[in-house]
Amino acid sequence: MNTARIDARQGGGWLGAYVLAYLVFLYLPILLIPLFSFNNSIQAAFPLQGFTLEWYGTLVGNSALSGALANSLVIGTIAATGATLCGITVSYMDLYGRSPLAATISAIARLPILIPGVIVGISLLILVNLAGFGPSRIAIVLGHILVALPTTVVVMRSRFAAIPTTIREAALDLGASDWTTFRRVMLPLSLPATISAFMLAFLTSFDEFIVAFFLAGTEPTLPLYIWSQLRFPKSLPTVMALGTAILAVSFLIAALAEILRHRGLAATRRPAPASLSKPEETERGELQWHST
Amino acid sequence: MSTIAATQPLPETRSSPGFRFAMLLPGGLVTFLLILFALGLVFFLAFRGNDGSLLGAGFTLANFVTVATDPLYWTVTLRSLGIAGLVTLATVVTAYPVAYYLAFHAGRQRGLLLFLLTLPFWTSYLLRVFAWKIVLAYNGVLNSALIESGIWSEPTLAFLNTPAAVVVTLAHAYAPFAILPIYVALDTIPKSLLEAASDLGAKPFTSFRRIVLPNSMPGVLAAALVVFVPTVGDYVTPALVGGPASTMIGTLIQAEFGKANDWPFGAALAVAVMLVILAVVLVVRFADRRYGSRT
Repeated sequence: MNTARIDARQGGGWLGAYVLAYLVFLYLPILLIPLFSFNNSIQAAFPLQGFTLEWYGTLVGNSALSGALANSLVIGTIAATGATLCGITVSYMDLYGRSPLAATISAIARLPILIPGVIVGISLLILVNLAGFGPSRIAIVLGHILVALPTTVVVMRSRFAAIPTTIREAALDLGASDWTTFRRVMLPLSLPATISAFMLAFLTSFDEFIVAFFLAGTEPTLPLYIWSQLRFPKSLPTVMALGTAILAVSFLIAALAEILRHRGLAATRRPAPASLSKPEETERGELQWHST
Repeated sequence: MSTIAATQPLPETRSSPGFRFAMLLPGGLVTFLLILFALGLVFFLAFRGNDGSLLGAGFTLANFVTVATDPLYWTVTLRSLGIAGLVTLATVVTAYPVAYYLAFHAGRQRGLLLFLLTLPFWTSYLLRVFAWKIVLAYNGVLNSALIESGIWSEPTLAFLNTPAAVVVTLAHAYAPFAILPIYVALDTIPKSLLEAASDLGAKPFTSFRRIVLPNSMPGVLAAALVVFVPTVGDYVTPALVGGPASTMIGTLIQAEFGKANDWPFGAALAVAVMLVILAVVLVVRFADRRYGSRT
């Protein structure tokens, strides 16, 4: 066993270097956007031409941009609320409902991972036209609920699964109704995960392009606005300044969501037995696998 | 005490119908209406003729006949499969060592590393693709770097607007998808198996080949699936960095629902894509059963 451990450590050095190179590959292209957003040239090319904040100035007072931003914020908030609500109820009933229907709903809710965005987009496009309201902000909200649903279901399911079952049983034994148990015991215990699911769903919606492309009416979202600007070489620096702002906000929200999720899981990990020590990793794997 | 507890009904059996209904309603609406019914509409539309109306007219197999017989659709479908297959291979092969490091060597840094690896996934897909356009363009980063360093004297057009550019961009965009399932599979391998192998005299490479690799196959297959599915239907990356030579099936579907305005035919293409994905899922499930899935 000792030799195995030494072997592992030797292999770790090379692997560590590889992981570092992998991280560079992952981040380098993304970090070019902030870099060139401060570059005093209309072209995104080396060598850099000097520092400027001019491109950020072009973001101010742009009514098309602020309209798109407002749309994205409203759509993201409503879609994240819907997706989180569905994630909570679907995963709760999947774990405690003990019915084939609840299990089926939970399985279908994780299905959108296996449907390419273009097909989600066209199927909803047909549906909203049939329903009469056509491409609109409501249509995008529906699309984004679908896209974010697998994430919220998996995050909430792993949280509910990590709460010791004895807590819920104690509440029911002491005479609390289903509603009371759900509202006063299970929901407060999963509050950090709920906020985390909401934030991840909001981010998914805020950054989503493929589905929104089909469902947008006359009011574009922010990614759709960026798409429309990509055609004009002259507006590329502005796109990069905007992209930098979006990246910064996305990183911030993702980091906060991660902290909240871990705090929630750590709280239950303490009294739980060793077998429950890593619920979030196993559950994250389920996101990928069970949905098949 | 114990007799009272015994006569009580089990908590699960006494849930009120109102509670169950309210809790199943949102998820039920979304899954049955927005997912199943909407997909059913696509399927239905694929068998209709295009008369300009929303749901088409008549019953026809003409859309599928065209998809099956026109060489254009074969070319594009095969190209989509080829690009998505290459992207899947590239992401899984490059992600495996990262997942291995996470599972066996990361130690205390595991949480931070996992976070850093998944963070790019939460940023705009459009921006990530756009970043590659900056890298690969004629006056882009790669060309200017090569000229600055004196390797090449003139910028080349050879990077952008090629299927290779699509493969690199998509592999970058979906990298985090591949790491997580493999990591989970590796992490659930009981350490006692590895210790037993080493005690019985297996060299590290042997125990990797005979124990780690087979046991991680369910994760590898899951990773392959979650990378393959979104890439095979992608239309943004081909449009931004692929050029006309890398039109993919998603591009055609988008065109039928956009400029070409032949929804029934677009729906037939979508059904064809779903059939391809279904076939891939079945192959993966079969392979997974052979490896004795533990997930």
